[in-house]
Amino acid sequence: MSAAVQSRFAAALRDPAAALPPDLALSRGRVPERRFVVYRNNVAASLRAALETRFPASRRIVGEAFFAELAGAYARAHPPRSALMMAYGDGLADFAAAVPALASAAYVADVMRIEAARTRAYHAADAEPLGPERFAAMRPEELQRLRITLHPSLEIVRSAYPALTIWAMNAGERDLAPIVDWSPEDALVVRPALDVVVRRLPAGGAAFLGALAAGMTLGTAARLAAGNDAGFDLTLNLAGLIGAGLVVAMTAARPRRGGRAP
Amino acid sequence: MVLRSPLPVRLPALPGVGFKPEHFDDILADRPFDGFFEVHAENYMGAGGPPHARLGRLRRNHALSLHGVGLSIGGADPLDREHLARLKALCDRYEPESFSEHLAWSTHAGAFLNDLLPLPYTAETLDRVVAHVAQTQDALGRRMLLENPATYVAFAESDIPETAFLAAVARRAGCGLLLDLDNVLVSATNHGTSPEAWLDAFPLADVGEIHLAGHAETTDDAGAPLLIDAHGAVVPDPVWALYRRVLRRAGPLPTLIEWDNDVPAWPALRAEAERARGLLVAAAHDEAA
Repeated sequence: MSAAVQSRFAAALRDPAAALPPDLALSRGRVPERRFVVYRNNVAASLRAALETRFPASRRIVGEAFFAELAGAYARAHPPRSALMMAYGDGLADFAAAVPALASAAYVADVMRIEAARTRAYHAADAEPLGPERFAAMRPEELQRLRITLHPSLEIVRSAYPALTIWAMNAGERDLAPIVDWSPEDALVVRPALDVVVRRLPAGGAAFLGALAAGMTLGTAARLAAGNDAGFDLTLNLAGLIGAGLVVAMTAARPRRGGRAP
Repeated sequence: MVLRSPLPVRLPALPGVGFKPEHFDDILADRPFDGFFEVHAENYMGAGGPPHARLGRLRRNHALSLHGVGLSIGGADPLDREHLARLKALCDRYEPESFSEHLAWSTHAGAFLNDLLPLPYTAETLDRVVAHVAQTQDALGRRMLLENPATYVAFAESDIPETAFLAAVARRAGCGLLLDLDNVLVSATNHGTSPEAWLDAFPLADVGEIHLAGHAETTDDAGAPLLIDAHGAVVPDPVWALYRRVLRRAGPLPTLIEWDNDVPAWPALRAEAERARGLLVAAAHDEAA
C-alpha cells in the first residue's frame, strides 16, 4: 500500500472525530462507516485493556470510568512504540502525575510505579539467589568488603506517601482499612524465584540497596545508609538482603590500602 | 514454471490449542494432550519469569507454534529490526516447529496500533509483502507461514484477489500459508462473497497449518451482517463445514483451536480440539482408503 494510504488510514483510526479515509471501497453502495469503526474500536479498546490489565490497583483507586478516560488520553498521547505490550504503560505514572484531576491523590502515581515495576519484575531475567549459607561463615571484615550483584528483577519505588500500603489494600494483599500512619514508604519489588514479591523496606534500606547497586562494598553502603537515615539497622537490612534472596553474586573487594576509596 | 517441493509441514497433523497461562495446571493434571500448543510470540519476549517457565515445561512434551502478531508484514514501513531480532532469539530459544505471522499491518510511523489492519492488494503491496516475508525468513533462518486476514473494509485500489495475492506471496517468497477458516468466513460474509469459492481459488498445497475460531456478529451501515473476528466463542458450524471441505481436498493438516477472549475452562477448550481430532482421524482414514 502506498505510504499515503496507510497514513490516512492510521490518522482516521486514532481520531474518533476524523472522517473516514477516502481510499475505502464502498460496501453495498455505502460508505463503510461502521466497518471502519470496528478497527478504530479495536485499537482504542486493546490499548486501554492492556493498561487495565497492568494497573488493576490504580484502576480500583481512581474508578473504572476515570481510569478508562486516563488510559485513553495516555494512549493518544503516548501510543506504544513497539509490539511489546508487556512494556506498555511504563510512562503512565509520570503521565498521571501531571493530570490536574489527580493532584489531590498524588499517591496514585506511586501506586502505578509499583504496579509497573511488578510487571517488569515478572518478565525480568531469571537468576538463582545465593543462599544464606554462603554468608554464614563470613567474618564481619569479609562481609564489609563484599560487592554484591543484586537480583536483575529488583526495583525500588520510593514514595512520599504510604503508596505500598495503598497498593496492598487495593491489590487484595491486605484488608481495606483507614491508614493511621500516613508516612512515606519505600517499596522493594523483586522476583527471586517465580513469584513477584513486594515488601516495605526498613529505614535506610533504599539508600543501602541503591549504594550496593551502584557497586559500593557492603561496608561503604552501610555507612552511606546510616548517614542517610539515622534509623538504619545493618543487621535488619542484611537479614533482608540475604533472606529475601536479593543477592545473586558477590565478589570480595581487596582490602583497602593507603586510604584509597574502596 | 519452476517445480516446487511441497511445504515441509513440521507441526504434526494433530489438533492444537492456543496456550493460556490459566490452563497450565489443568493441562498438566489432565490426561496427556496429544497435540501442539501455539503462543503469541510477543507474550514471550521478556527475558525470563513464569511465562518462560510454563512454556519451557510444555515444550518438553509438545510441538510448538510461535504465532507473531506484531511484525506488521503488510505495512508500508520497513520491518522493525529490533522486533525481528527478538523473534530470532525466541526461535533460537524454543526451536518451534512453526513460525507464522499475518497478512496485515499494525505499525505506522513508529507507533504500534495493536490490531491487525487491512491492506490493499496491488502490485505495489505484493512486492512489499514478498520483500518483508523474505526478510523475515532470512532473519529467522527458517520458512514461515503467512495467515489470511479477517477484514471489515476493502480498498478501492485493490486489483488482485486475496487468494491470488497469497498464492503469489507463497510462490515468490517461498513461504507457506496459514489458513484461518474463520477469517475466510468472516471476510467472505463481510464482502458478500462465497467462502467456498475463496477456498477453491486458494493454494491448499502451501498450507502448513489451519486455524479454527469463533466470531461475533453485528450489522453494518446497510444492515447487512458484519462478522467480527473475536476469537471468543466455540467454532461455529459453518467453519466446521469449511474445515471438512478442506480436509477432503488436502488431507489432515495441523489444526489450531484459537480462543483468545472469554477463554473457557481447559476441558471445554480441549473438547473443541478433540472434535477437530475426530475429523483429522477421519480424513487420514479417507486418505488411506
